[in-house]
Amino acid sequence: MNSLDSLFFIHSELFLTAALFIVLIFDFFVKQKKWLGWLSFLALVVAFKISPLSYPTEGLFFNYYVWDPFTFFFKAAAYLTIGLTILASLAYEKIPEKQQGELYVLLIAMALLLTIMGGSTNLLMIFLAIESVSLTSYLLVGFQKFDKFSSEASLKYVLFGSVSSAIMLFGMSLLFGATGTIDLTRIGFLLSQSTGSEIQHIALVGMMFLLVGIGFKISMVPFHMWAPDVYQGAPTPVTAFLTVAPKALGFAVMARVLFLAFPHFIHKWTHLLTVLSILTMTIGNVIAISQSDVKRLLAYSSIAQAGYILVGLAAPGPLGLQAVLIYIITYLFTNLGAFFTVLAIERNIGTNQLEAYNGLSIRSPLLALALAIFLLSLAGIPPLAGFIGKIYIFSAAIKANSIPLAVAIALNSAVAAYYYFKIVKAMYLTRPAKEDGIPFQNPLPIKIVVCATLLGTLLIGLWPMLVIRFVEQSITSLPIF
Amino acid sequence: MNIPILSSLVFLPIVGMILVMIAPKNQHQFIRIIGTVVTGVVLLITVKLLFAFNPNTSDLQFVEHVSWIPQLNVFYHLGVDGISLPMILATSLLSFLACIASFGIKERVKEYFALYLLLVTGMLGTFLSINLFLFYIFWEVVLVPMYFLIGIWGGSRKEYAAIKFFLYTLAGSMFMLIGILALFFASTPHTFDMLELSKNAFALRFQQIIFMALFFGFAIKVPIFPFHTWLPDAHVEAPTPISVLLAGVLLKMGTYGFFRISYPILPNAARWFSPYMGILAVIGIVYGGFVAFAQKDFKKMVAYSSVSHMGFVLLGLAALTTTGLNGALLQMFNHAMITGGLFLLVGVLYDRAHTRALDSFGGMWAKMPVYGGILIFISLASMGLPGLSGFVSEFMVLMGSFKIYRWMTIVSCIGILLAAAYLLYMIQRVLLGKLNPKWANLPDINAREIFTLVPLMVFILAVGIYPNLVLQYITPAIENLVRLLGGIPA
Repeated sequence: MNSLDSLFFIHSELFLTAALFIVLIFDFFVKQKKWLGWLSFLALVVAFKISPLSYPTEGLFFNYYVWDPFTFFFKAAAYLTIGLTILASLAYEKIPEKQQGELYVLLIAMALLLTIMGGSTNLLMIFLAIESVSLTSYLLVGFQKFDKFSSEASLKYVLFGSVSSAIMLFGMSLLFGATGTIDLTRIGFLLSQSTGSEIQHIALVGMMFLLVGIGFKISMVPFHMWAPDVYQGAPTPVTAFLTVAPKALGFAVMARVLFLAFPHFIHKWTHLLTVLSILTMTIGNVIAISQSDVKRLLAYSSIAQAGYILVGLAAPGPLGLQAVLIYIITYLFTNLGAFFTVLAIERNIGTNQLEAYNGLSIRSPLLALALAIFLLSLAGIPPLAGFIGKIYIFSAAIKANSIPLAVAIALNSAVAAYYYFKIVKAMYLTRPAKEDGIPFQNPLPIKIVVCATLLGTLLIGLWPMLVIRFVEQSITSLPIF
Repeated sequence: MNIPILSSLVFLPIVGMILVMIAPKNQHQFIRIIGTVVTGVVLLITVKLLFAFNPNTSDLQFVEHVSWIPQLNVFYHLGVDGISLPMILATSLLSFLACIASFGIKERVKEYFALYLLLVTGMLGTFLSINLFLFYIFWEVVLVPMYFLIGIWGGSRKEYAAIKFFLYTLAGSMFMLIGILALFFASTPHTFDMLELSKNAFALRFQQIIFMALFFGFAIKVPIFPFHTWLPDAHVEAPTPISVLLAGVLLKMGTYGFFRISYPILPNAARWFSPYMGILAVIGIVYGGFVAFAQKDFKKMVAYSSVSHMGFVLLGLAALTTTGLNGALLQMFNHAMITGGLFLLVGVLYDRAHTRALDSFGGMWAKMPVYGGILIFISLASMGLPGLSGFVSEFMVLMGSFKIYRWMTIVSCIGILLAAAYLLYMIQRVLLGKLNPKWANLPDINAREIFTLVPLMVFILAVGIYPNLVLQYITPAIENLVRLLGGIPA
């Protein structure tokens, strides 16, 4: 499809771009930055509302970008995450007032970039999207520029990120060299035609390098080293966002790449991903046990969660892909909720140390209950959202007859429950060190986001039908074998 | 009136939980009344169910069947038959009595009763679910409140005991979940329905693997040797009412799983594994007995006696005969009454003396004659005195298994001997001998505590004299199960 016809399908993106500049301009005049936050939130809602609901039969912009149900799914996930993150940022006072306007601008930009990342079907777009999402992430992480940890985290992120981008680019160049095209579907076609030739070997190496770059985004072991420091050092709303949206989109790209370009190598990458997913969940969980900072603990937990999602790709097929998408939704609500609750608690007790959580159920019963529910959901206890995700992941592994995967998930779930319950134990079982009767105070936006994510976690657990149907529709556009 | 009776059983406690949660924090008496009324009504509904139940059929009754997650073919499917009915009765009765026994809880009352009612929902739901997916959900729902109930209101090592219980059971149930999903994918059409699944004839190899996966989940809950190590910790640290439910209901969830899921769906594997289960049963019976004998802590002794007595249930299961299975199911019911009573009695003494060390007592009968009488009555039932319920079920189990596993049955009889030994030794140390002057001022058991014990004693005596009271309900279902198993109908 040519560029002019394509414009119709991206009018919500165009609208959001305009909104981005408007917020940026308003930033010069508006003193009360929180109005910019609400404005950005509104812009996101409107942009989402006007998204086209019909899908073109061919790719947009000469097949550089596709607008299909799969893209729509990830667009919805990205918008939801960013909308909630903007609201949560409204209540985060550690960012200097002067910079807050920029934060909202960057978050809107992120919504745009993530949508493009979800719809990229050729190597160039994938690289550009991943790279620009990364650059924006570096900025977001370093947002508290006077905070030592924040700056350190940002620097670390940049270093790791650029190295893995370079490797990914190298892989892409190999693929281009081997097949002469950057279009994923075309690569897949050419590879299936060239059985037994040298091209296959080059393409295989290219695929591995490409996976490094994506693996970095989803914090897959062994490319996860940046994650704990970055997640701990970043401003808490940004951490919440980073553990969910870029990761989800990383999986979107990974699914597209593997299903479109490398169906031919399916046996190779399923074995590879089986090993990597077991490693990812195990290492994430085992290291999380010894953490004493709640944010860092959740950071390791989110590495482990990425390992669970990978199972869906390691056991490919309709059920595997469904599992990936369903897990992403349940994880979105649960993990965002957990981080937002941690943010609400951090505002009041000024720290994220686990000891400070002692006796929280007495000081703030509602926040403690919310966090407990999120942690139970992360642990996959029914009838919460996380359980539905886990059921699908388990099902995918069992359907693919992958006993090692199923056993690994089972054992990891028990290990994970231990450290999630370390927080629960601190909140409910341990008495507070000192009783200071200052009641917790939280502004409206944070209450909204905690309630929204809590509601999502409970409702998806009790009535998962809608989500499952949505996911089933979303994956119709991908060729699955 | 068109209210579905089973759903009201399961969800009434949830309604109560919500009421407790919105009740003012300091209205302790009001919260206790909510808890008691709700569990009381649950008990009344159960009694109504008992009278409406038709004991002449092995079919499910009062079935509720509503589609829940169509994509996974999950149904909200409840039903009751002869296997679950005694468990429902035991659960409702013990929930009500333990709720009254919970009046002694003085701190964080609101949270306690909210969690307690959630636990009741989980337990009833587990016994009533006919859909494996639903069964698993209720099974896990039991876990979470139990963690808090042990961890917040427990004894000195409560945190350790709570997380140990939780992790053990969770690890087991994860393997159970794998088994359940594997059954789902192996069946045609894919289903979680227990009845539909039992119509599938799976290959032996597959049955064995699934049996093992489910076995982990159930064996940890029962607990079967060598998975029992969480039990003494959890039982000893839990507050009295929770110990009652733990021993009276939660342990039965494990053996119930064999009756309801493993045996009907995987009959070939059940036959294949039965000698091994028999061996584990005998180890449990004898080992549990010896360890109980060695205990210095009253509660720990009762806890280990559970390991021993649950071994009889397993032995009956291993025998695969009608008599053995009948006995096993009856033993589950009887053990719920007896151990529930024993734990309540331990609690009575602990509330007064604040110690459970058996050696620190002595001559209590003189100070607490009524207490002494009740303790002796229930202990006699536990050691299998003819005329009381424990005798009937253990005798049936032994009779059922003798033809199949002669030597195992003979060795198991040591367990009965040991039960007599440790219980009489306990009575000697607590009730008889010289009165420890420290306890000279202990008051006797009070009316509320007697009220919690009398219904249990009534059942112990009634079933002991006229076992058909319970057996009439369970026999048709067990005969049907034996047909499915292709076992020996004797």
